[in-house]
Amino acid sequence: MERKQRQDDRLGNSLPDDLPQALMVEGTHGPTVHAVNRAAQQAGVTPGARVTDMRALCPSLHTDYADLAGDQAATDRLALWAQRWCPWTVADRTADGHGLILDTTGADHLWGGEAAMLAGIEGSLSMLGFSARLALAPTWGAAWALARFGPVRAIWRGEQDLAGLPVAALRLGADTVLLLNRLGLKTIGALSAVPRLSLARRFLRAELAENPLLRLDQVTGHLPEPVSPAFAPPAFRADARLAEPIFDPTHHLPGLCEALSTQLAAQDQGARRVRLTVYRTDGEVSRIEVATAAPSRDADHLAFLFRDRLERIDPGFGFDLISLEGTVTERLSKAQTTLAGERNEALDLSRLVDRLTVRFGATAIARPLPRASHIPERAERRAAPLAPMPEDPAPQADRPLRLLDPAEEIRVLYAVPEGPPAQFQWRRRTHRVTRYQGPERIAPEWWRDLPGTRLRDYFRIEDETGRRFWLYREGLHDDGRGGTPRWFLHGMFA
Amino acid sequence: MSRRSAFLQTDRRAEPAGTAGKAVCTLSEVFAATVGDAGAAGFVLSQLPVGKAPILWIQDRLSRRETGRPYLPGLGISRPLLLMEISRPADVLAAAEEGLRCKALSAVVAEIMGDPPALDFTATKRLAFRAEAAGLPCWLIRHGGTTDLSAARDRWRVASLPSLPLADDPGAPGDPRWRVELFRSRSRQPGLWVAHHDRAAHRLDLVPAVPDGAEAAAGRPAGQFAAG
Repeated sequence: MERKQRQDDRLGNSLPDDLPQALMVEGTHGPTVHAVNRAAQQAGVTPGARVTDMRALCPSLHTDYADLAGDQAATDRLALWAQRWCPWTVADRTADGHGLILDTTGADHLWGGEAAMLAGIEGSLSMLGFSARLALAPTWGAAWALARFGPVRAIWRGEQDLAGLPVAALRLGADTVLLLNRLGLKTIGALSAVPRLSLARRFLRAELAENPLLRLDQVTGHLPEPVSPAFAPPAFRADARLAEPIFDPTHHLPGLCEALSTQLAAQDQGARRVRLTVYRTDGEVSRIEVATAAPSRDADHLAFLFRDRLERIDPGFGFDLISLEGTVTERLSKAQTTLAGERNEALDLSRLVDRLTVRFGATAIARPLPRASHIPERAERRAAPLAPMPEDPAPQADRPLRLLDPAEEIRVLYAVPEGPPAQFQWRRRTHRVTRYQGPERIAPEWWRDLPGTRLRDYFRIEDETGRRFWLYREGLHDDGRGGTPRWFLHGMFA
Repeated sequence: MSRRSAFLQTDRRAEPAGTAGKAVCTLSEVFAATVGDAGAAGFVLSQLPVGKAPILWIQDRLSRRETGRPYLPGLGISRPLLLMEISRPADVLAAAEEGLRCKALSAVVAEIMGDPPALDFTATKRLAFRAEAAGLPCWLIRHGGTTDLSAARDRWRVASLPSLPLADDPGAPGDPRWRVELFRSRSRQPGLWVAHHDRAAHRLDLVPAVPDGAEAAAGRPAGQFAAG
């Protein structure tokens, strides 16, 4: 409801607050009310009822269709944004589908205690235009119950808090709640007083959402219900909290990199992937990620990798929290530099690769390595820039210095069909062959090539100006795999 | 088999004292006579210093498409190669400049097709200063370019010549020969040579294209025939 209001405000066609409004969804017997605003609530409009009934109750009710998928996406984004308070956050998808669960274990003291943290969270959410009901409890279920049915900003004091709450606070379906009420079990306290055995017998085959016993165990913590966020919380994280929202994180980057590299150095780790996340004031997050070719904790180097990419961050209306996380790290021991003050050359090379990769993309740079194949274009492969060289490269036949990829077709004059060309035309220029060597026959690799691939006869050719080429004829006359063989120019010798 | 540096076998007269046997750690420019002549790349390979350190080889997209890519089995080098393909010539120059900061490389080779506006006097001067500061040789291979204004310390023009005959097979192409012309140089005398590259020994033999006697008779200092 509030998301809709905010959207309307932005578009400039919002309705006055005192007009009863409701969002509806299509139900089995016509549209039903999904959410209401405060005016409608006071007029007696209840969520879940049919819209026609509510129109009878409140004739001035203004209705619109709810955007459920948009709500879900907004909640997911909000869950990421809530990582500013603690690393374990998840959007609640279990029951009514609009809630956030934050596992604040070990994080509350950073915010001045539990009560101060709750007040701070509520303040931040209201800045976004959302009203929120917050509760703090040791389990997911207990927090869910306290937030919806407990006092304002409830903080768990003990199981007696839950005893007076209705059984609907157990995240049960409407049918089960009705059943329990008919059985006379109206509160959680009454339910937990019933012997386990009889509850287990009654709800033996029920699903989790309909099973009061399992839900009760989840509330008390006998049944674990961990919070697993979309991204695994990083072990290394440095934050910069700002008093005022800003648009450009450049000036904070060196300090963050310094802090992160201190953390990494304390545990002998080096970062392979580093993520910069900004938490925007409009409840969104924006992130960029860089990778390094070798583990590194050099603050200057990390800052350089981000330098040209900062403009890709979408700052929105500004952000007030920047965090730098080492998402993937590897062991990197402290290395003693030599007494003579020499530089570590391998380290230099990995930094060069990082810089070039950041600037020109990961596909721009590669290290060609030999591969065991006789087909020329398969005899080398593109490996990672720092891939190790093979110890003993296999001896190669005479191969050209440069290879055209793909080979270019040429027009050829020849004396005998199986022999070398006498003259050929490549890129509209005629070359007369003065010397040749060949053919070198390379058969197709039947285990990899398509059936019908033709063999190749390679010739080393020298033309009258001294340029040396590598030509091949694809196939033979009358080999039953196509018509007249075609000729290609595949490479140039020095 | 001794692996001697290429310039040991050069014409000593054209060598300034002290640089014989060492690779020239500055920016050198090589013009290929025709597009698709691999002689320029072969000459650059013969001039690279011996060692195990990797080479950074950068091509722009056009030169890769028109003249092919360096082919590892044919390069005959036992050192690692870092191969980059970049679409814009301006980025090729930037990448070469970045590479010249890294002392772990042994050389930087950049290939550029034509005369892009990014490759002006300032850009070549930056590269030359960087190469000299880092002590790394930087080679710029120009395909189909004109010999316009440039700050390269040495400027070469390389064309393929008919190869030497093979003893075993007179009808086959043998070891490559190039017509190598140093037409502008800051540190040594320009000249015109016929270079014969012996790949097995990694040795480049330079023979003056014009005998000394003819030069003396013409009354010119050696190597001044084609100052461009």
